[in-house]
Amino acid sequence: MRHRGFYIIALIALGLPVLFPKSYFVEVNGTAIFFNAALAIGLNLLMGYAGQISLGHAAFFAIGAYSTAIITTRYGLSPYWAMLIGLFLNTCISYVLARPLLKLKGHYLAMATLGMGIIVHIFLVQTGKLTGGPDGISNIPNLSIFGFILNTDRKWYWAAAILMLMTMKLSLNIADSRMGRAFRALHTSEIAAQMMRIDTTSAKTQVFVLSALIASLTGSLFAHQKAFVSPDSFTFFFSIELVTMVVLGGLGSTYGALFGAAFITLLPELLSSIENYEVMIFGLILMTTMMFFPKGLYVTMIETFRTQLGVKMALNSWVNSKRIHRC
Amino acid sequence: MLTIAGMTHTFGGLTAIADLTFQVPQGTIYSVIGPNGAGKTTLFNLLTGVYRPTAGSIQLMGDELAGMTPLQIAKKGVSRTFQNLQIFAGMTALENVMVGCHDHGKCGLLTTCLGLPTLQKEERCLKEMAQEALEFCGLSSIAERPVSALPYGILKKLEIARALATRPKLLLMDEPAAGLNDTETGEMVSMIRSIQQANITVLLVEHNMRLIMDVSHHILVLNYGQKLAEGTPHDIQHNKAVIDAYLGNA
Repeated sequence: MRHRGFYIIALIALGLPVLFPKSYFVEVNGTAIFFNAALAIGLNLLMGYAGQISLGHAAFFAIGAYSTAIITTRYGLSPYWAMLIGLFLNTCISYVLARPLLKLKGHYLAMATLGMGIIVHIFLVQTGKLTGGPDGISNIPNLSIFGFILNTDRKWYWAAAILMLMTMKLSLNIADSRMGRAFRALHTSEIAAQMMRIDTTSAKTQVFVLSALIASLTGSLFAHQKAFVSPDSFTFFFSIELVTMVVLGGLGSTYGALFGAAFITLLPELLSSIENYEVMIFGLILMTTMMFFPKGLYVTMIETFRTQLGVKMALNSWVNSKRIHRC
Repeated sequence: MLTIAGMTHTFGGLTAIADLTFQVPQGTIYSVIGPNGAGKTTLFNLLTGVYRPTAGSIQLMGDELAGMTPLQIAKKGVSRTFQNLQIFAGMTALENVMVGCHDHGKCGLLTTCLGLPTLQKEERCLKEMAQEALEFCGLSSIAERPVSALPYGILKKLEIARALATRPKLLLMDEPAAGLNDTETGEMVSMIRSIQQANITVLLVEHNMRLIMDVSHHILVLNYGQKLAEGTPHDIQHNKAVIDAYLGNA
């Protein structure tokens, strides 16, 4: 079956709250993981597939979240209009930025996207009248989907899980497609991709806009879930965390992005008993991963498993062949 | 088919290609040779739009290529292989060749995201085309192997398969035999011939003289960016200017 992993993940994600019906831990952390995973999967399309780094991805997330926050609280429009306006704004901004930004490569692209993230953050803090400044915006109304009001942690868990699964399906669809191969091709060599008649400028723009749109949608839902947004959620550090999720799972791996998101989201929870050393251990884990598992934790794990399996199978067939000889 | 007239390219004060004029007839194997630094790679980069010629024209079946981007030139039916391999990493051999089929598909990002049924249909179609190209190059057996696990000689062929998958009219090959052993070079010779027999014009840059003399219909000798000689392999082998340029004159 195509995308078997996806269905397994869907089963686990949707089954957990059934297995642990009263678990606050599952509901709250699950929601956080799924939001982060949707963002990481979107960023992975840009970074892992197309090889274009972005250190300012929180900006698009912020634009989505603040669009929802401002439009629903100040102008009283329906959440869906707010969401659409957020998506529209993000399309415009990412489309306009894509051309000049994606002409840059490597460190220069990293610097430029970093700047983008910081500018948006400063904008959120400084334009107090519009964004509420450092205090943010509160009292964002509930979101209801087909008359189903999302007002409990449990309901948000389902909503976030569905968002993550949709993003994941979309990313997997792209992976083995003509466009996905085009992205991966320009990752290695733009000139070779162009000689294969791939419009690299257009391909890069498309993937940039797509990942911005995923971030925007996630942002809108995030704003509704928290009922409150402030610039603290969209800092430079959060952009770095997103990059870390993608790299930790394994660049170019959709499942890896979910793994990375789960890891980075849960780590502070697991380390909270040793609060003072949390940041230190966090850093240590990242360093070790980069040094010993440069392909990412998830991808290395899967590869090791496959090789072990392969070795076993090869051994078995060798043993069998010997047996036949003896007969 | 390809007509180059009065083409000049300068890097600052250095003239890499000077007033070069030659014609590649349709359906032939045309080779460009010359000592290191003669301007062969510059010539390729000019033909594929990586550089813009300072002066002169490049015409492919009546279309002016000078000033076009690499993408536009590729869409006119020009493809190339690279001297230093540019194989797309993290893919299988088949996927690499499927990238070459990009222009034969239509499904955009929206169709892809939604996973519409046309997507699977097109995917099968592209796969078949890619398999054809692999088979043409004798690579069917390694189709599903990741490129990171393939040896250099195979990757060289894979680049050719990928370029052929675009269905080009003109194929530029940049040192296809560099780094190959004698057996592999022999295979390359027959591959170049079968490409020409498939009615694709081949423009070849190569240092391996045996291969050049074996396959070429015409040879152009470059030296310091200028045309030193042009003719059949026989002419070139007996041309005094060429022998002097390669060996020095006594």
